[in-house]
Parts: sequence; structure tokens; C-alpha cells
Amino acid sequence: MTTSSLEASNSIAIDFVGVHKWYGRFHALRNINLSVRRGERIVVCGPSGSGKSTLIRCVNRLEEYQRGLIVVDGVELTQDIRRIDEVRRDVGMVFQSFNLFPHLTVLENCALAPIWVRKMPRRDAENLAMQLLTRVKIPEQSSKYPGQLSGGQQQRVAIARALSMNPRIMLFDEPTSALDPEMVKEVLDTMTALAQDGMTMIVVTHEMGFARQIADRVVFMDNGEIVEINAPKLFFDNPQHDRTRLFLSQILR
Amino acid sequence: MAGTLSVAQALAYVRKASEPEEPPPMLLSGPLVWVRDNLFSSIVSGLTTLAFIALALWLAPPAIEWATTLAVWSAPDGSLCRQHQDGACWAFIAAKLDYLRFGSYPVSERWRVEVVEALGAGLTLWLLWPKAPRRGWAAVMFFAVYPVLTFVLLRGSETLGLPTVDTLLWGGMLVSLLTAVVGIVFSLPLGITLALGRRSQMPVVRLASVMFIEFVRGVPFITILFMANTMLPLFVPEAWTPDRLLRPLIGIALFSAAYMAEEVRGGLQSLGRGQYEGALALGLNYPRMMALVILPQALVMVIPGIVNNFIGLFMDTTLISVVGATDFLEAMNNAFKDPAWSGPTIVASGYAFAGMFYFVFCYGMARYSAFMERVLAKGHRK
Repeated sequence: MTTSSLEASNSIAIDFVGVHKWYGRFHALRNINLSVRRGERIVVCGPSGSGKSTLIRCVNRLEEYQRGLIVVDGVELTQDIRRIDEVRRDVGMVFQSFNLFPHLTVLENCALAPIWVRKMPRRDAENLAMQLLTRVKIPEQSSKYPGQLSGGQQQRVAIARALSMNPRIMLFDEPTSALDPEMVKEVLDTMTALAQDGMTMIVVTHEMGFARQIADRVVFMDNGEIVEINAPKLFFDNPQHDRTRLFLSQILR
Repeated sequence: MAGTLSVAQALAYVRKASEPEEPPPMLLSGPLVWVRDNLFSSIVSGLTTLAFIALALWLAPPAIEWATTLAVWSAPDGSLCRQHQDGACWAFIAAKLDYLRFGSYPVSERWRVEVVEALGAGLTLWLLWPKAPRRGWAAVMFFAVYPVLTFVLLRGSETLGLPTVDTLLWGGMLVSLLTAVVGIVFSLPLGITLALGRRSQMPVVRLASVMFIEFVRGVPFITILFMANTMLPLFVPEAWTPDRLLRPLIGIALFSAAYMAEEVRGGLQSLGRGQYEGALALGLNYPRMMALVILPQALVMVIPGIVNNFIGLFMDTTLISVVGATDFLEAMNNAFKDPAWSGPTIVASGYAFAGMFYFVFCYGMARYSAFMERVLAKGHRK
């Protein structure tokens, strides 16, 4: 780890303390403890149904948890809807299925939240949206509707839309899993650029090359619990837990 | 070894030049081809086509002659119509047109109705034309300014020097159109509210919405009208007792809202969870999420159902006569009672005209809905 990122890691961005979650009787998250430092890039991996998505969806309260504590940027997530909104303004999220708004143009998708949540004048919001679309390298698509774009382009718009609220933390929930293979790279490149700009990121993904290249730490989950946390080099070259070794042997050939 | 290699080499292939792009071969098209493909594609299809042409030739010309060349277009009273019983009696409509339009609204004040109608038509066009400028203003005018203006003009206001006209005198197309517009303007927002209520997380709100919707859907419209007429006065203080015309208006708006709510709920349910999550993750609160993301998509999806409800509502306005309101059809029935205009063709002509009146409005709504679907479909192809 470089000195600059050590300095940036002085404050904690997200803190999970003994978090449990149940879906009905199903124990989906079991005693999750994890501190994400500011500027840190965390990759979460694990078999399907292991609770990875549930974990990051708890951070912006798309899912409730029943026991424990999550603190995001010093704000404790409670039932209080104002606190939840405060956290959501600070945390951007990118979904597997993009979740762009099909009735709005690409530009309107990216300007919507700044206009209505940040109360930014329309012209400023549209300028900001154009800047972000330039950053994800699709400014020329701004007047099209999401349905007219390829999957990779849609996901880059979704990243730009999430960035429009100027978040300090970005969550990625399997951002490349719904993409055709030839479009995975353009999305990963966008995420890599974001990581290099110092964004705090939690990424749920099966892209192990990306994890190895970008992650500060890799979190392996299975059966609702965190099994192993390690730096990517150690995680991939010398996994400690049996379940980690089994998982890696299944996905890496 | 060398042999297998040469077989593999023989099966391998590397393109040297691209295939040129060519225009499609000559397509068979033109009116004659269309007629053959669509009207006479098989023996059964050909016979069906011929049968329907014969049916049209048999039915249409007499009907058209009855309504045009054989019709009586002007006459001082019904005697000419009684002599020409093989044609329609449009003279009757012409003679009674003012009554059919205004009912018993005082003749000297009818200009007020005409102003309201002209404003309504203008605003409707402004609001419904997708490319019209400043449609936001049109909506404000139509939903906020126009209802107040309409009330003041039709009802009258002593301070403005407009004599008050009792609603018992209102009638004809005025009442039919007023009922339809009030029903449409109030039932859609109310229906949306009920649909959102039915999907609310709050059990009390959900239960209240479900009870209202299921109660209204389980009771015939005429029953609702009688209940609005007799029960509304029981529940409110005497000084606030709703006007006799207002009661069926409230009844029709509530009745239509329940059906509207179920249409809108269908639209809401067809949207995936992802749209809600996408909006929430951006920090949009519930009202903004609904107004900016969910409802615009849900409502567009159920336009055919909503317009279907509007058409049904327009037809249902004919029922308000059971509680004493004089709608257009009731005014027509009253007009038949004039002894100067009695005769078999007069009744037929009157109902034919009434049918055309309702058809023009309902068909207009249907066409507009189809037009809007095409306009909105262009926007976002999925």
C-alpha cells in the first residue's frame, strides 16, 4: 500500500459491526464485521446465494438488517428516513441490470437527481451530466434513450448517473454479469479509471482479473458469512480457507 | 501425418474479399398484389370478401338515402316529416338544437355556456397536442383556472353582475359534457391516489384503499347514483348539502376512480423492482420517485385501459337522469314530448343524432389514445 492511500485511510467510510439479516426464517447475513477505509477498493466474491449482493444493498438501505450496526460516513443507518436519504445521496450504486429510466434520455437520466435532490438549476445539472458522460466516454449518446444503447453503453450511463450525485462511496452489484463478453472491458475500464481517482468502492463481481488488478482487499463470502479477507495477491496465490480454495478452483481454470 | 494436415488445410477457410452488399430482389407490391394477398388469398377468404361487399351494398345505400336525400332538412313543425316517412327528420333536431344544447338554461345567459365550451375546447386542444408550446401552462389552466372559471360563469356571481342560474335549469349537452369532464378530471388523480394507497406499506392506508375500491366495484353504478343522491345529504351538515347536480357528479367521479385505480395498479405492477431501486439509490424520496420515475412509465403502459374507462364514463353520463339530472339523452326524450313534433321518423332521427353525438366523442378519445401510444412508443423503445 502506498503512503498516500495510507493517509487517505485514516477515516472509516463504511463500518459493519455484527450485522445480521434474515429473509423470513432464512439467515442471509451472519455476524458481518468489516471496516472499509476511505479510498479503499473492496472486491466481494463468493458463490451465488452467499449474501454478497445483500451485503452491499444494506449499505444504502435497499435491504433492512435486523441486528448489528452499519455506519456510513459517520451516519448510523436507522429506520429514520431522513438519515437513509442522507446516506443514499452520499452513496452511488450501479446494478447488474442497469436500472436506467427508459422514459428519459441518457442526459435526463444523469441530470434527474441533481435537479430534484440537489436542487441544482437545470442548465448546471445538464452541464454536469455532459461532463460525466464525457468521463465515461459516451457524450455523443446524450440525447438517445437507454433502449437504443448497447449493454456496455447503458452500464456506463448508469455509472455516470450514480456519479451525478457526487458520491463519496460507490457500490457495484455485479456490474458486468448481464453484459455480452465483448462489452465487459469498456465497463471495467471505466471502473478502473474511477478507482484510480481515489473513489471508495465496494464491488461485487466475478471478474477476478479486475479484483487482482484494482482491489486493496478481496472479501470472500459463503453461506451468509465472511470466510476470508485478504490482499488480492495473497488471496489468489495462497488462499487460506478450504472454502476459498474450493471456490477459486471452481472459477479459475 | 502429412495426409491429415492437408485434409485440415482443405477444410480451413480464410476470406480474401468481403461480400458486396446488394439491394433486395424486386418485391411484389402494388394495389393488385395487396388485394390478392389480403382479400382473395384463398377460396374461403374470397367468398367472405364477396359476402361482406354484398352485405354492405344491401345495407348502406338505404341508410345513406334515409339520412341524406330522403331526409327532411327544414320544416316549421312536424307535419312535413309525417308526410315523408321514408326519410330522417333533421328539421326536428334543428328546431330543438338550443334545448338539446342548453336544456332550460335561460336564453339570455346562454352565451356564458358558449364561452365555457369554447374555452374548454381550446384548452383541450392545447393540452392534448403533443407539440404545442407551453403545455405545462395548459395543464395549469385546464386543471386549476378553468374549473373555477367554469363554475363562476355557469353558476353565476352577483358580485360580477352575472345572475345566478339554478342547476335544475341546466341540461342537454351542457350537462353531459360537464359530467364527463368533471368525471375525467377528478377520477384520474383520485384513481392514481387509490392505486398508490393500495400498494402502500402502511396497513391503514392500504386497507382503506382496498375497501373503497372493492366496495365501489361491487355495486352497480345506478345504485351509487341513488346513494349519492339520498345519502350524501345525510352525512354533511344541512348548510353544506350538495347541490342536486353536484351529487351525481361526485357519484360518477368516485365510481370511475375505483376502476381507474385498478388500471393504474396494473401499470404499477408491470414495472420491475429495479426502477424503484434505481430511483431510491439516487436519493429520490417517495413522492419524487413516483412522480418522476414510476408513474410516467406506469401510466403510459395503461393508456388503453385508462381511455377505455374514460369512454365508459362518457357513456355512463346518460344514467344520471335517473336522479333527476337532464343530460343530453334525457333532453332528447323531453323534446319528443312536443306534440307539434310527434311522428315515427322523428324519434328515430332523434336517437340517430344522439348516437352520432356519443360516437363522435368516444371515437375521438379512442383515436387520440392510439395516436398518443404511437407518439410515446417512439420515445423509448425497450
